[in-house]
Amino acid sequence: MKKLMLGNEAFARGLYEAGCKLASSYPGTPSTEITEEVAKYDEVYAEWAPNEKVAMEVALGASIAGARSFCAMKHVGLNVAADPLYTAGYTGVTGGMVIAVADDPGMHSSQNEQDSRHHAIASKVMMVEPSDSAECKEFAKAAFDLSERFDTPVIVRMSTRVAHSQSAVELCEREEKELIPYKKNIQKFVMMPGNAIRRHPQVEQRLVDIREYAETSPLNRVEYNDTKIGVIAAGISYQYAKEALGSKASYLKLGIVNPLPVEIIKDFCQKCETVYVIEQLDDVIETHCKKLGLTVHGKDTFSLLGEISQSIVREKILGETAEFAEFPENVPVRPPVMCAGCPHRGLFYCLSKLGVMVSGDIGCYTLGATAPLCAMDSTICMGASISGLHGFNKIRGAESEKKSVAVIGDSTFMHSGMTGLVNIAYNATNSTVIILDNSITGMTGHQQNPTTGKNLKGDPAAAVNLEELCKAIGIKSVRVVDPYHMAETEAVIKEELAKDEPSVIISRRPCALLKYVKHNPPLKCDHDKCVGCKQCLKIGCPAISIHDKKMTIDHTQCVGCGICTEMCKLGAIVK
Amino acid sequence: METKSIMIVGVGGQGSLLASRIIGNVLLSQGFEVKVSEVHGMSQRGGSVVTYVKYGDEVSSPVIVKGEADIIISFEQLEAARWLPFLKKGGHLVTSTQKIDPMPVINGAAVYPDDIIEKIKAQGVDVIAVDALTLAEQAGTAKASNVVLMGVVSKKMQFEESVWQAALEQCVPAKFLELNKKAFALGRAAE
Repeated sequence: MKKLMLGNEAFARGLYEAGCKLASSYPGTPSTEITEEVAKYDEVYAEWAPNEKVAMEVALGASIAGARSFCAMKHVGLNVAADPLYTAGYTGVTGGMVIAVADDPGMHSSQNEQDSRHHAIASKVMMVEPSDSAECKEFAKAAFDLSERFDTPVIVRMSTRVAHSQSAVELCEREEKELIPYKKNIQKFVMMPGNAIRRHPQVEQRLVDIREYAETSPLNRVEYNDTKIGVIAAGISYQYAKEALGSKASYLKLGIVNPLPVEIIKDFCQKCETVYVIEQLDDVIETHCKKLGLTVHGKDTFSLLGEISQSIVREKILGETAEFAEFPENVPVRPPVMCAGCPHRGLFYCLSKLGVMVSGDIGCYTLGATAPLCAMDSTICMGASISGLHGFNKIRGAESEKKSVAVIGDSTFMHSGMTGLVNIAYNATNSTVIILDNSITGMTGHQQNPTTGKNLKGDPAAAVNLEELCKAIGIKSVRVVDPYHMAETEAVIKEELAKDEPSVIISRRPCALLKYVKHNPPLKCDHDKCVGCKQCLKIGCPAISIHDKKMTIDHTQCVGCGICTEMCKLGAIVK
Repeated sequence: METKSIMIVGVGGQGSLLASRIIGNVLLSQGFEVKVSEVHGMSQRGGSVVTYVKYGDEVSSPVIVKGEADIIISFEQLEAARWLPFLKKGGHLVTSTQKIDPMPVINGAAVYPDDIIEKIKAQGVDVIAVDALTLAEQAGTAKASNVVLMGVVSKKMQFEESVWQAALEQCVPAKFLELNKKAFALGRAAE
């Protein structure tokens, strides 16, 4: 049976069919749906871990226990999990272990555009890269076989367009795998210097062996058409090239991107007149070709930045451009915004009004940095809000402590914010940390986390009590506010900033998009009372706009949260 | 058969994912190779969102580039203007007449253009403009604007209505099916 599936959904199907027994991940666009989908198969145990490092260690533990195991993350998540990755490269596996890493060229939903192939090279771990949904399933299955054959974790590199495109997939049955009996193996799994030093040569030999396999692997393939133009590409770049050039070019499609083969590349370059390496982000394949002394075009033709497309390939290689109509006027941009009814809005309005320095973090609430709120000074990576604030306050002293806060979501706090808070308590700054507890992992599309009281399957689970946790860490002043009540929220922030001790404010209100959250009827503007002062626009609600000098509320967006009524001194906003 | 391209554009939260799944299933049931490319994550939060649907005998790239779309389905007028360059010469633009101010317009940093539909028509583009929001509300909820537009676009494609009905049944949860069928019918009868 053929089914239209997202790349991520097909990947999950591959895990199921390959007999995978455990999946542990932290959500991150564009990788999230793999784990959500695999959780739908009862045969696979699946969980959300607090962060990617924990997830990868769980997967490695399951592999050591003899099962096929899996973990998924976005590109920046692999930085968090780099520690276990680099040493799992040394220990190798018992049951097959597959790691999905989703890159985000073009930064659709990410803070940087890093190329995760560098991690595969540096950790000396095998990496494969599918180019559509059918391959996502096939490569996931192949990755388990290769992991067991070569005794290595195998990384499957995804990208936004492969992860979030649907194409047809042929479904097969699950092949159940018997657990491999557990045998204590100190030399293999206890990575102290004396053992690791003996593993390292095996790691190097493994790369030699996989490279030899890559020369004849069906995952790498050559398609000869016209040989005037030769294209070497992997993943989605292959699809762009194929669409742009069709039979006007020959293709070396690489399914294995680390280690790269030598002979088939040399042979291909010999048979084609002009060879282009088409790869998104960095020049990994191009550099490999150049090390082999081959003449290829790569980043002299294509950018290091963003995504490639069929039109870029057509233009750069064939010199062809398309014709199209254009709207004759400037079209205003439409950047993402906090949703109508978003509980973060009230909190960020207070911060904006107070003019404090805001050390930000990763989540929907990063949108607090956008106009008109502009209430954020820095956003770096998961957890950096709290640790960054501590460093900032150590340098700028007591004055700064009274005029600065960190903001971090509930899930991000669990991921890597807690350790920063320990540092604030231990190394003593009177910093104020605001945990934006919307009872869900929001931006990635509503995943449960250790604070929500539910697990990945939606079953009841132990819930971390944030107030008690912060107190146990050593923060004596812990307050809870409802950000829908802005006056009270502002007062509490002022009080906590004034204190000569570190404090935590928990801004608690569930995400307005959660199904169980009941919405109020949309509010209306009484045009007799409205004078068009635009005070209500300062909260940046997408449901509020001004037409003919009067405020209007878009009834399709408004959820009746009511924070705009606090802005209107004339009482013009009514039920 | 040459590859055909359909773009679905709108504002995050308007339901473009469901629309693309309905079209994708219609096309798959007709034996085409189909690719549908979606946007998830931050850009979904009230930003400009685009979904690509491509079909034919063989489809490689899942994305659509400027001058390539046979049909653009727009849930909002400004988005129709934004994505217009992606329409192929001789292509069709199906748009809802709904307007949603983006934040720069709300803040007064930019102006929402007037008479968008007329200005697009003046470019020689075939435009079908429908008040999908009102029709959706007639069907029972503003949220069904996406399915109203599916009804409109179904008349621009060569497939039997029953094929669309089957795709609706496949993609819409049972408890919302009747409502969505009504929305689809209202869209199909519009113009």
